[in-house]
Order: sequence, then C-alpha cells, then structure tokens
Amino acid sequence: MKIRESSALILPPYFFLTVFFILPVLIILILSFTHNRDWSQGITLKNYLLILDPLYLKVLIRSLIFAVLATLGSLLIGLPMAYYISFSNPKRKILLTLLVLVPFWTNFLVRIFAWFTILGRQGLINSFLLWSGIINEPLQLLHTSGAVVLGLVYGEIPFMILPIIAAMDRMDISLLEAATNLGANRFMVFKKLVLPLASPGIIAGSIFVFIPALGSFVVPDILGGRDSFMIGNTIKNQFMTVRDWSFGSSLSIILMVLVLLGVSAYLRQGRDQSMTLGEYL
Amino acid sequence: MSHRDATSNVGFGQGKSVSIVTISGLVFLYLPIFILIVYSFNDSRFSASWNGFSFKWYKIMWHDGPLWTAIKNTLIIATANTLVSTFLGTLAALALSRHRYRFMGVYHKILHMPIVIPDVVQAVSLLMLFAFFHFTLGLVSVILAHASFSISFVALVVMAKLSNLDRRLEEAAMDLGANRFQVLTQVILPNIWPGILAGGLLAFTLSIDDFVITFFTSGVGSTTLPLKIYSMIKFGITPEINAISTVLVLFSTLAVSSIHLFDREKK
Repeated sequence: MKIRESSALILPPYFFLTVFFILPVLIILILSFTHNRDWSQGITLKNYLLILDPLYLKVLIRSLIFAVLATLGSLLIGLPMAYYISFSNPKRKILLTLLVLVPFWTNFLVRIFAWFTILGRQGLINSFLLWSGIINEPLQLLHTSGAVVLGLVYGEIPFMILPIIAAMDRMDISLLEAATNLGANRFMVFKKLVLPLASPGIIAGSIFVFIPALGSFVVPDILGGRDSFMIGNTIKNQFMTVRDWSFGSSLSIILMVLVLLGVSAYLRQGRDQSMTLGEYL
Repeated sequence: MSHRDATSNVGFGQGKSVSIVTISGLVFLYLPIFILIVYSFNDSRFSASWNGFSFKWYKIMWHDGPLWTAIKNTLIIATANTLVSTFLGTLAALALSRHRYRFMGVYHKILHMPIVIPDVVQAVSLLMLFAFFHFTLGLVSVILAHASFSISFVALVVMAKLSNLDRRLEEAAMDLGANRFQVLTQVILPNIWPGILAGGLLAFTLSIDDFVITFFTSGVGSTTLPLKIYSMIKFGITPEINAISTVLVLFSTLAVSSIHLFDREKK
C-alpha cells in the first residue's frame, strides 16, 4: 500500500537537487557547446572534436587503461581477501572487516600521501635497495604510471572487498559442503561454486572501483607525473589554469557519459541480482 | 547467520594461498600508514635519517594557527552539511519509499546520480553554477556543494532502513485512527532513527574527508583540513603532515570501533 502523492516530502529535497545538481550539469552541458563562454558566437562542436587531438586522446585512453588495471589489481587482491574474511570464524571476521573499514574511513589524501614513505627517494624501497647495494642512485618510483595505478588500487580496494563479502555471506554453505562430500577439492569448489555465486558482488565491486578510478584527480595529481596524468587532471587544468571552461566542460560531459554507460551496462545485466548501494553504506 | 557456525570446521576460504594473499593484502593496506606514523615521531625533518624519538612535530602542529582555522572550518562545514543533508535526505527517503509519484523512476535516478558521477565533474559544474550567479565562494558555497552529494547518501541509507520496517505497523496505526503525521512521528521515525543517525554520520564523514569538491568551491577564508593537507603535500613536505595524519588515523580507528561496538550492543 503506497499512500498518495505528498509534495511536502518530495519538494524540498528535489528542489535542492535541481538547483545544486541538475542545474550545474546543465550549465556545463551548455558551456561545452560554446566558443569558450562567448555566447554571441553561437554553438559549436569544436570542444568535442578537440578530444580527438592526439594530446588529449592519449590522456583519455590512459585514464581508461589505468582504471581497468586498478580494477583488475583490486580484484586480484580483494577477491581472496573477501573469501577468507567471509568464511572466517565470527570473531576473526569482525576484526578483519574492521581492518578493511578503517582505511575506508581514513582521510583519502592521508592514505595517498602515505605512499611517499614507501616510494619516495628517501622511502622504504629506495632506502633498502641503497643499503643492500643493489642500486647506487635512488630509483624514480613516485610520479610514475605505476605509482598512480598502485594508488588507485590502494584507495579503492575497500569498495571491491566489501560488496564481495556481502555476496559471499549470502551463500548457502551446505552447497559447498555437498560439493566437498561429492569429491570436489577446494579449488573446484571455489571455481564452480564460490566464483559464480559471488559474481554479483564481484561485478558491483568492479563498478565501484572502476568509476572513481576513471574520474580520479587526487591520485594522479599527488602520485603521478606529467606522463601519468588522467582526464581528471586535464579537466582541472582547463578550469583552473588554462581557463578554457568550454573545453573543460566538454571533457566533463564525456567523462560523465562514460561513467553512466558503465553503470547502465551493470544495471542491465542483472537487475534482480544486483544489490542496492544502500546495503553497502 | 546460523549456517556459518559450521564454517570453522570445514575451512572454506582458509586455504594456504588464500591466507597468504589476505595477510599480504593487510600488509599492503597498513604498511604505508604504519611507516607514516613511525616517522611522525622522527626528530629529523628528512625521512631518510632517524634522528631519535621526538614529539617535535606534534608540538609544531599544536601551535600551527592556520591548521586550527582549517579544522574549525571543516567542523563548521561538516556540521551544517550534516543538518541540511540529513533533513533533506530523510524527506527524500520517506517520499520515495512511502508514497507514489508519477516519474518515480526518474526520482530514483536523480538520487543515484550524485553518487556515481565523478566528483571532479560535480566540482567543476558547481564552480560554474556559482560563477554563473556571481555567488561568492566561501563557507556557504562549500556547504551547499557538500549537501548536493550528501543528500543522496543519507537517502539511500534511510531507504535501506525503511525497507526493513514492517509495513503492517504503519497500517495498524492507521487502522487505530492515527493520522499520517502521527504515523510518521510515532511509528516510522522511532523505528528508523538508527538509519537516520547512520546517514548523518556518513554525511559528516564525507564532508570532513572531501577534497575535490571543496577544492573547487571554496574561497578565501574557507580552507578546510583536506585543503590544508593538500597544500602541505604540494608545497613543502615536513613530518608535520605525518603528525596530522597520525591523529586522523587515530580518530577514524576510534570512530569505526565505537560505531561497531554501538552496533553490537543494539543486537
């Protein structure tokens, strides 16, 4: 039973969202078709054609590659971790879940900066290699593509682990026991039962890692260098340094469309299986 | 869940390779933070050399005036954002899960959008909004910007709580003559307040943590803690950042553990 429309409830939040979310997006959508904010010159597609310039196309492709690598990296570490945590005894499970959650609630900049202590010229890795005599000069580890992908994995991995744990927690353990009794070994159980049953969580986790990784601005800004900047950095530069707001807007619209395409593909492939975001929060 | 009790005997997911990856994963998660904390106690300005244990950087942090201004701004923004977005987010959740509207799907989609859209896109579009209307950037613009994404998070958390609430309770109250306002204040709200609290807490945390959207929508005099940390990373790294980070890690650990304890006491 749903009660009839009540505008008293719906109006305030949606008025706010219209002014501070929909309207701003509309403004950049319109800006993206102008000659750098000069309304008098009519509309143009040049800001969208500019993305085909090899200089910017390279950044866009790099962003996609980094996001895919970050997703695979998080899955590689996150899937076994989630499997271990989900099937641990209750006490250990609580402790491990908390250990995954603490970084999640810790300031993002702090977590990314923490890698300076490992990758920096005076960081742990270089100090060790210099001390052991393997190298004579510190290696350039910070401000590289590797550092950016590592930072993306580090920053987003809780988003991979938590949905997979949620999916694995719903598994009926008697199925796994039945398979074991019928002679399946651990690896078979994992491959034939755990993996398919956990797939809604794996897909959700991959989306939750891919999206923020693709649009990341902080990680390449801090851990990256000139050759590892992502589309988020280009957008920031267009608005803050170059001041070509129209091109910055077209890049933002392209990024937004890419993300929305990803999300809708996810929603289409299994609406009933997918869990709502609210369950993870 | 009861079917999990037998787990420890069977040992699914507890094999050697899975355990090794899990331990490596935890080392991966905590090693950088651990070293960050260790070097916050280093007397030397440079992390290469350990010059002995010292609280020097904590003292410097304690006397860092701009840092305290940034903390004050962060708390003002987070508190205001929490109030605004908890109120509006709860209204949205109640509306969408207890009422029927035309274009219901559209309302749901709009609510999910701020969560999925990259924050840098949201940040620049808000910057354009404020520029378009010549709105001076400052504490107010940051609060409005934070609320524009926090509402969605609050609404989803409260909606999850509402979907677990037995509808028959509300129907029974109605049958017994309660009007809609009474049902709301005497049946629904007392039952979903932990959800509202959790949503508010999430809004507060998102606000304290946010860098990207604040970076684009703040002005003179509205520097927040993340902005301060960012400029320290960019324009002069000293172990003071390590000291600030250590305090923040301590706070988040305390927060997560106490929420967890609070959660368990309820059950």
